[in-house]
Amino acid sequence: MGRALMKLRTALTGAIAAGILAPTSASAHLMATGMGPVFDGISHFGLSPEDFLPVIALGFFAGLRGPAHSRASLGAVTLFWFAGGMAAISGLALPDVVLSSVTAALFMLIGILLAADFALPTLLCAGLGAGLGLIRGMADLTGVEESVPHALSLLGMTAGVFCVFAIASSLTIPLKRAWMIVATRVGGSWLAALGLLLVGWIVRYGAFTR
Amino acid sequence: MKRNDSASLAAATFLALLIAALPADVGAHIVKGEAIGFFSGFEHPISGLDHVIAMVAVGLWGAQLGKPAIWLLPVTFPLVMACGGFLGLIGFPLPGSEIGIALSGVCLGAVVLLELRPPLWMAGTLVGIFGLFHGYAHGAELPPGQNALLYSLGFVTATGLLHATGITIGLIHKWQWGRLALRGAGAFVVCGGMFFLWGALS
Repeated sequence: MGRALMKLRTALTGAIAAGILAPTSASAHLMATGMGPVFDGISHFGLSPEDFLPVIALGFFAGLRGPAHSRASLGAVTLFWFAGGMAAISGLALPDVVLSSVTAALFMLIGILLAADFALPTLLCAGLGAGLGLIRGMADLTGVEESVPHALSLLGMTAGVFCVFAIASSLTIPLKRAWMIVATRVGGSWLAALGLLLVGWIVRYGAFTR
Repeated sequence: MKRNDSASLAAATFLALLIAALPADVGAHIVKGEAIGFFSGFEHPISGLDHVIAMVAVGLWGAQLGKPAIWLLPVTFPLVMACGGFLGLIGFPLPGSEIGIALSGVCLGAVVLLELRPPLWMAGTLVGIFGLFHGYAHGAELPPGQNALLYSLGFVTATGLLHATGITIGLIHKWQWGRLALRGAGAFVVCGGMFFLWGALS
């Protein structure tokens, strides 16, 4: 059973790898893969580091805190990503500079929490996931008109968020060796540094690409 | 459990490599002097030897000090360096940053050479102060570009990998000859730092 699960996890990682390595240019607008809006949404998520980096980091953090944190955050980030996207499609998006600034702040917050392996209560961890989902879902769909294909793209994106978060959490839940936990936490410090640099970019050049 | 850990590590490494391999926008010609993506950010910290020797020295010193400094110093450096980068990006004046960078080579090389073991907070503060200068120089020199996030990601990753290189080299500390070799490397870093200090002052 354990080996079968490991094979499944490896296969899933490989599938995501194939998607990410597709040699196309990353843009601020939704991707067009030629495979329909759902796959466009999945590709958009997989090619947008501002989307998948905090999702992976939050997944690592929730995994380090345990299965309860992972389950709660997984549900929150997925649902609120969809809600944020739907709000943007309906014309309720926040200005670009606000979305960029909150994204940078979330990079810092999640990075610091991961670096410190902070004992955050389950509810707050889920709340952090909800905030991340809401902001990034909104940022991804800002400026698009209300239509069924865009809603389907959002669905694809949300599916990508669910899978990547679940895989990231499953990688850190079983970690027992100190140096592996430390390596994960060092990754958190990198994310926090990235967030701080992004704040500088926003101050100097304005909102970064969505 | 060991197998689980190994599988997790392999998958995490794989994910990290994927992020590093992310495709940037493809152009028909090479663009110079712009922040165009991961690799232009990645090459920034490794293109200056003054940065390289200081960051590797942080890793060497961490390895000499052992736990918890071996991981605390490489966590501290990128964070404080990002603070410096932030100050550089917003145009905050920090005079003498080049002298500070050169001095970091001299001081960090000296602590490796002498194998000094100050209290952890003091080691962290020393590394943090120098990280501020390095970050400031990078932030002030960052060019305008299309993708701030990928550029910053490359920049932070390169810095972290330089520390990891220092730590990996520093693992020879467990042998007697290794301890001597590390101190020799510290002397090399001091010489490099003095060379750059001479350049910064002249």
